[in-house]
Amino acid sequence: MATVKETDKAEKQKSDVMLQYLRPKKKFPSVWCAGCGNGAVMGAIIRAIDKLGYTKDEVVMVSGIGCSSRLPVYLDFSSLHTTHGRALPYATGVKFAKPHLKVIVITGDGDALAIGGNHFIHACRRNIDITAILINNFIYGMTGGQGSPTTPSQAFSTTTPYGNVEKHFNPSELAMAAGATFVGRTTVYHVPQMEKMITQALEHKGFSLVEAVSNCHTYFGRLNRQGDPVAMLKMFKEQAVPAARAKNMTPEELEGKLVTGVLLDIEKTEFCDEYQKVVDAHRGDK
Amino acid sequence: MANKKRHLMLGNLACVHGAIYAGMRFFAGYPITPSTEVAEGCARELPKIGGKFIQMEDEIGSIAAIIGASIAGLKSMTATSGPGYSLMVENIGYAYMTETPVVIFNVQRGGPSTGMPTKGSQSDTMQARWGTHGDYTAIAVAPSTVQECLTETIRAFNLAERFRTPVAVLLDEVIAHSREMITIPEKGEYEVFDRVKPTCKPEDYAPFEMTPNGVSPMAGFGEGYRYNVTGLTHDPMGFTTNNPAEVSPKLDKLRNKILDYRDETVKMRTEMMDDAEVAFISYGSVSRAALQAVMLARKAGVKVGTVQLYTIWPFPEKQLAEICSRCKKVIVGELNMGQIVLEVERIFGKEKEIHTIQRYDGEFLTPMQLLEKLDEVL
Repeated sequence: MATVKETDKAEKQKSDVMLQYLRPKKKFPSVWCAGCGNGAVMGAIIRAIDKLGYTKDEVVMVSGIGCSSRLPVYLDFSSLHTTHGRALPYATGVKFAKPHLKVIVITGDGDALAIGGNHFIHACRRNIDITAILINNFIYGMTGGQGSPTTPSQAFSTTTPYGNVEKHFNPSELAMAAGATFVGRTTVYHVPQMEKMITQALEHKGFSLVEAVSNCHTYFGRLNRQGDPVAMLKMFKEQAVPAARAKNMTPEELEGKLVTGVLLDIEKTEFCDEYQKVVDAHRGDK
Repeated sequence: MANKKRHLMLGNLACVHGAIYAGMRFFAGYPITPSTEVAEGCARELPKIGGKFIQMEDEIGSIAAIIGASIAGLKSMTATSGPGYSLMVENIGYAYMTETPVVIFNVQRGGPSTGMPTKGSQSDTMQARWGTHGDYTAIAVAPSTVQECLTETIRAFNLAERFRTPVAVLLDEVIAHSREMITIPEKGEYEVFDRVKPTCKPEDYAPFEMTPNGVSPMAGFGEGYRYNVTGLTHDPMGFTTNNPAEVSPKLDKLRNKILDYRDETVKMRTEMMDDAEVAFISYGSVSRAALQAVMLARKAGVKVGTVQLYTIWPFPEKQLAEICSRCKKVIVGELNMGQIVLEVERIFGKEKEIHTIQRYDGEFLTPMQLLEKLDEVL
């Protein structure tokens, strides 16, 4: 057990790292509600990048529209806050133009899977070396609590006031089916796991997805009686089933659970590399 | 140069050669008739010079990818037709707002909706000006020959880089699918303008600052200047603002950086206008028919001239008014139900007789049709 003093020291180191990566001249506080899970994801991203030793100039963060998509604006990297659903094709342009850049996409369940669904599956298929961090809070937060493609059946939102009659997407399974080569799911309760998973995703060559399940207590939690941020984090803790254990469980047993951990980590040829081979074979202006 | 190599070339492919001459090194697009040869040409040519080609999942992805690539530092373009352009307009607005140079080819085919994919049209002229939502000022150019497909493409890239803004090249299917003999210029024959890059210290860089010529130096991502780009209304640092004192200066900048330097954008060709009492005003393929009609009418002693607009937007108000100052009548010819004529009416009001000849059945206007109109007007 760590003493109180040691814990304080570790916390201070963590916040020192955070401060190094926050954007100078940007006005705070953030747009996020107090207790929002987006901050935990931002911290995990910063620590992963710090651990990998990337320079600030080689990192580009791209996002769409929504609460999660405001994240890049607060960090001291090149940041591209784009239009709703289009972060992945913008990121594709940046990465393909300058493949040495580390391109990270921050997106949400509505941004990536509804309006941006087509781009999402094609970025997976192309296996372009981009890391997408999809913060899944099961609802549209920025516009005030409407149902999203991950809103579970029967769940309440302002546009499903009598319970959701639709089925929901499973973002990680969708990414695996579409051709992504690294996929992992974690939650804002499991921050050390998230940090490690983002590190692995960034190191992975090819399209990687980290699905970070997060709390929108303001809308999803309130409308579905899940309580305050602490109660929602405890719920994520209880719902989480490590992938290794989930393998031996039946679909009925997994109902309402969140399978966490690295779900897929395979190697396939990467888009920019393959295109470079074409250039090398046909280039005539050398 | 007498022995310079001549090529028989398709209009769409001349655009590709013009773009490469101008330094374009990134293309993203989606197949659509009658623009597809632009994409095919880029797929073939770009790897040979170390450029990048990508076929995206749709036109929205295409415009997004080229804006991303331009911000990463490469001159970028896409090519489409009306339906694809309609899908792109939201993100073309993003390029206006973020002041990102890109070039978009619209090989027009008429509409609304799917229209006539294999037929010519000039019915997206107003869309190029007003397509996306919000307030902004647009630049659009229109070639009328295959050689001009090449030269106007170079000019489109120069304007995009000079003004940090998207530029539309409006082709009609007639030009895009014509084959004509052209000359590919030697290096140095045409000016190629590259965007101005910052030279200040990174900590002093304000990516959207007001400058004397309205255009802020633009750093590519990864070049040591870390900054924020957003489609939200932003201050000179690129940070979101709702402050009225910052909002209107930003929107003023989008307009003034172009309109204060309008003379740099204007390009028109005038023939036999010195003593003309009647003038044809047209652009794109119609200008060729107009020139032919004027030459024939002159032989019959009619004092008629022609004005071809290469720059459609911003509309060359002052220059057109000067050139047509002696004319009592003008005839505006277009392959649509009357779009640029609205601008002509705005300038000339009731001071001149304004006549129109329009075709929107998929066929092009012939010199004989223009002569018949001239006869009727005289």
